[in-house]
Amino acid sequence: MAIEVRHINKTFGSFAALRDVNLEVKGGELLALLGPSGSGKTTLLRIIAGLETPDPEPAGSVLFEGRDVTSQRTGDRRVGFVFQHYALFRNMTVFENVAFGLQVRPRGQRPAENQIRRRVKELLQLIHLEAMADRYPTQLSGGQRQRVALARALAIEPKALLLDEPFGALDAKVRQGLRRWLRRLHDEVHVTSILVTHDQDEALEVADRVVVMNQGRIEQVGTPEEVFHHPASEFVMDFMGSVNLFHGRIDSGKAVFGPLVLDRPETAANGKAARLFVRPYDLDIHHAHNGKPGLRARVKRVQSAGPQVRVELLAETGEAVVVEMSHAHYRDSRVNPGDGVYVSLRDGRVFTEDYAI
Amino acid sequence: MKRQDPLLLRCGLTAAALLFLAVFVALPLFAVFAQALEKGLAAYWTAIADPDALASIRLTLLAAGIAVPMNLVFGLAAAWAIAKFQFPGKNLLITLIDLPFAVSPVISGLIYVLMFGAQGWLGPWLSDRGIKIIFAVPGIVLATIFVTFPFVARELIPLMQAQGTEEEEAALVLGASGRQLFWRVTLPNIKWSLLYGVILCSARAMGEFGAVSVVSGHIRGETNTMPLHVEILYNEYNFAGAFAVASLLALLALVTLVAKRLLERKMRQDYADFKAAESAEG
Amino acid sequence: MAGRSFKHFSILPGFWPALGFSVLYLSLIVLAPLSAVVLKTTTASWAHFWGTITSPSVVASYRLSFGASLAAAAINAVFGLLVAWVLVRYSFPGKRLVDALVDLPFALPTAVAGIALTTLYTEHGWIGRLLARVGIRVAFTPLGVLVALVFIGLPFAVRSVQPVLEDLDAEIEDAAASLGASRWRTFTRVVFPLLRPALLTGFAMSFARALGEYGSVVFISGNMPMRTEITPLLIMTRLEQYDYAGATAIALVMLVASFALLLAINLLQWRSRRYAEAR
Repeated sequence: MAIEVRHINKTFGSFAALRDVNLEVKGGELLALLGPSGSGKTTLLRIIAGLETPDPEPAGSVLFEGRDVTSQRTGDRRVGFVFQHYALFRNMTVFENVAFGLQVRPRGQRPAENQIRRRVKELLQLIHLEAMADRYPTQLSGGQRQRVALARALAIEPKALLLDEPFGALDAKVRQGLRRWLRRLHDEVHVTSILVTHDQDEALEVADRVVVMNQGRIEQVGTPEEVFHHPASEFVMDFMGSVNLFHGRIDSGKAVFGPLVLDRPETAANGKAARLFVRPYDLDIHHAHNGKPGLRARVKRVQSAGPQVRVELLAETGEAVVVEMSHAHYRDSRVNPGDGVYVSLRDGRVFTEDYAI
Repeated sequence: MKRQDPLLLRCGLTAAALLFLAVFVALPLFAVFAQALEKGLAAYWTAIADPDALASIRLTLLAAGIAVPMNLVFGLAAAWAIAKFQFPGKNLLITLIDLPFAVSPVISGLIYVLMFGAQGWLGPWLSDRGIKIIFAVPGIVLATIFVTFPFVARELIPLMQAQGTEEEEAALVLGASGRQLFWRVTLPNIKWSLLYGVILCSARAMGEFGAVSVVSGHIRGETNTMPLHVEILYNEYNFAGAFAVASLLALLALVTLVAKRLLERKMRQDYADFKAAESAEG
Repeated sequence: MAGRSFKHFSILPGFWPALGFSVLYLSLIVLAPLSAVVLKTTTASWAHFWGTITSPSVVASYRLSFGASLAAAAINAVFGLLVAWVLVRYSFPGKRLVDALVDLPFALPTAVAGIALTTLYTEHGWIGRLLARVGIRVAFTPLGVLVALVFIGLPFAVRSVQPVLEDLDAEIEDAAASLGASRWRTFTRVVFPLLRPALLTGFAMSFARALGEYGSVVFISGNMPMRTEITPLLIMTRLEQYDYAGATAIALVMLVASFALLLAINLLQWRSRRYAEAR
């Protein structure tokens, strides 16, 4: 089911949580709403679910398959919602929790007892918790509770699945396992899913498309590759991973940052101040000047405990620079703390006031 | 490793505390039963089976039987509004609900006399229609409602505030109606504190003396509750009788204490479960 | 949407019915009758009002009610701390029973407490007999009033201090001991200051309860004019004489005192809560 939100605004008191948000969610896709706290992503999700209403002025709308559901009660929208703290019914067993959505249907639409039982069993098998059917939520671990919450949401055969930081309260290892499990589940079930998260690794790993939000606005919508490698704004680039930042200027078709120069012939922003964002793995370290433009720097620290080697340097311009390289590369480079080296650039993103180039 | 106070100190303090409690608390309780049974079991039953005593028991149960359900409904409504919603004046409302606790029992009765008594606001209006509130059963019921007013609400409000609204939201998204929401989600989560509040409310309703004394008129067999009947018997020097009826009330107090003991753990669980859900675990 | 500006929007149902019913019920049962007291005093003449609340017997009752309540609250503060301390820190057989017993004065109907205490402390009573030999009379004297007020105020003192004692970090005392402080020093300089707010609250609550107490006291006091009449009793006698205005006048004095105390208690609890959170 395709979902669309148009011109959604939401203020709480004097705080503007959402400002003129427009978004189209394709049917069957897994979309991630990514951003720091306060970016409005949870508010947007709750508005889609019907747990909040958008401001009436200026009028915004929520559409399911083109139908306006803005004023429809949340219970009538047939969406599944998974809360960050599970919100399982503590006085009901796992079975009763999952069965709840089916049991509260009005007489006419309620399935028969044995049908409900069958469906719940199926779902419990799907989440590998049939043995826990008679347990209470307090007797389960966090990861188990979240799986029950998911099963509960899926029981009503929702037209969309909305997840609010579902793995936020869990340990790192459990989180990773559940993340992958969610992706596999989505591949099987194909329900339109929207996942709110502040963890960009999670968004990049799991989602078909990522929506990056900041201070109530959408910064960029795109596939994980697009958002990571072609960030539309400084915020997106900075948020999606570590960056090195250099200050400089545009000068007749070139972006100049000290000794580092990039060709940017198509830019019209001549003479303007510019900022260069470079990923740590797009920088190289050389002991000797090899003809390419390089920034002189001194190695401060080498961190080799981890999947990559992290080299922290202090440039002669006074800026702190971080370079990442593979362990193999590091062994070949023989870089040590205290060495004077040159840092060269493979690629970077240049941003001026209004343009991203 | 907690430092232990020296043995002598421990024994001394414990003995002092126990002595204090024995003299000031345990002894009076014991005295009630001892005096009640002083003239033997036969006299005890006679005192309780006395028609006026039975009438007082009936009236006590009636007053409690009306006051408690009404305050129960009020407690639920007030706790629902206060705990699940945000609105200005919430703290004021909570303070106002606690007011009856701060009012002396005699004044609790006085205010109803001022409203419904012969010289009261509505006095003439009522006597024109032949409706008696003061010095009759309705007045007793009203005074009882007043003094037990906050009990259920006070148990429910902090609990429901701690439990938050997430389970209710989850139920609504799943399609539950308002009624289903209340009966299947909210009520089961508060059942132990609700029960305890009702027990406290009932015990106080049956044991109230000062307020009921003011509005009652002390008409034997008609407008005497058990505490008032105790007073009458005592003032007539019928000690065995007075203590016999008093012993029933003392038993009621003991039931309340036992209930508190039994429910305490369950009530604490209602708070604890909620916090446990928030801690990150594997 | 009705009332959007009053309450924050919530999808939970039933706000207006719940709030409406609560406010209505509150107004009818509590607010309207209480305001009757205030209004009645305004209709009475000032002379009558002033004359009543300053009459000798009424003033004597203030002295007794306030004085005995204050003394009882002080005694309860001390022994309440003792009892709470013993319950929290020491173990002995029957501790759970004793812990439950602390609530008895709160649960026991006041009339029952009243006659029980009287029976114990009259000259023929179990305790009164012993004290009479030493020349101390309790029943029908202000001392009897004091005993009754200690009885009913005890649970408030104990239950105020108990949770604070339970939450007390053992590490603080260990730290003091490791720095060379004696037990007594540790208690007075380290533990007691932490307990003080709760003790104060317990004292205030004991005091407030004692001030308005009627049933437990009215039997043992003997109600002798100018000597052992408590203020609530005088309200009662004025009512029996149909002097509504007089009764209301005295009631107003008591209400003002009660509400001032309620305010003080709320402030104390609010401050101690902030203190606890700051830890």
